[in-house]
Amino acid sequence: MALDIENPIEGSFQIIGGNFDNAGEASSQLKNRLLELNVNDDIIRRATIATFEAEMNVIIYAAAGRLNFVITPTQIQIRIEDMGPGIENIEQAMTEGYSTAPEWVRAMGWGAGMGLPNMKKNSDVFKIDSVIGEGTTIEMTLNLT
Amino acid sequence: MTLGEIIDILDATVITDSVDLSINIRSGCSADMMSTVMYYHTADSLLITGLSQPSVIRTAEIAGIKTIVFVLDKIPDENIIELARQKNIPLLRTSFCMYTASGRLFQAGLPSCLGK
Amino acid sequence: MKFKDLTEELSLEIRTCRDGLRNDITGAYVSDLLSDVMGNSKAGEIWITLQTHMNIVAVAGLKNLAGIIIVKNRKVPDDILQKAEAEKVTIATTPLSTFEAAGRVYKMLQ
Repeated sequence: MALDIENPIEGSFQIIGGNFDNAGEASSQLKNRLLELNVNDDIIRRATIATFEAEMNVIIYAAAGRLNFVITPTQIQIRIEDMGPGIENIEQAMTEGYSTAPEWVRAMGWGAGMGLPNMKKNSDVFKIDSVIGEGTTIEMTLNLT
Repeated sequence: MTLGEIIDILDATVITDSVDLSINIRSGCSADMMSTVMYYHTADSLLITGLSQPSVIRTAEIAGIKTIVFVLDKIPDENIIELARQKNIPLLRTSFCMYTASGRLFQAGLPSCLGK
Repeated sequence: MKFKDLTEELSLEIRTCRDGLRNDITGAYVSDLLSDVMGNSKAGEIWITLQTHMNIVAVAGLKNLAGIIIVKNRKVPDDILQKAEAEKVTIATTPLSTFEAAGRVYKMLQ
């Protein structure tokens, strides 16, 4: 069902690398916006899983990053850009179970090699672009109709 | 299975005060890796875990986990308990390890969360 | 109970060191955290996990665990399988979840 909104709703969050304590805060706020708009529970779940995994990747691997979202009557568009090391082999990184996370990250319950697969699985359109030494940009779209 | 029954089976202590013992828990999910909790369909599940940091609470919120039980009597920091209160997610602790906690609940009839 | 007695109940596929199926199982330890398993597991236990980090082989060897069961049929990288074969650590995969694999072993050991 299309949302009854006149103008697109936009939001933006800064994500700081290494800050595990606030991990998920951007996704939690996006969840509240979507709840207010009466978006279907399953779509909220998929959108916030995708953004939470994206947030985690910035926190684990990058110095900093930014998450932007736009909610239109028919879509949720999410874009995450980071200042990280970049991904050498995207195909390999997309493989379930493949992870380069260090042991201390695994000890905190992350780095199981399911982050990118989780993002792809939960979005209708998934695009990833990465430049070594510069960073990674991920764009995800979820259809509301 | 109700939260009250789960507390009995695990001989668990409630960490967050004033919980509704009649909450219905549909399935169990035992995990330390948080992405799995989001990968498999765990809405309305009980999460059994050995980790107790803020991202566990946020994972539960996003995945629709009803209650978290910390094994081996782990007590989370006060800020984490407060976050769980805000998100309205009851926290329990049990002295059992993850194996025994999962085993006792499975034997009592709690099914596993669905595959995908 | 022997490791091989779990094969049918957990629909196990044995990936390395079939000799280990003769091992006695004294119990199980369930965790995805290497340090937790290093600290708390006991010799003779079977380790149920979805962790497929290279160091699982070393941990199982050091702690004299009866073997490793990887849940949800997760793909185990070839280098881990080779290391496990060389160090005589039995790795099996199951389609079951961690919760259910633990539950079924628990029932069988009662």
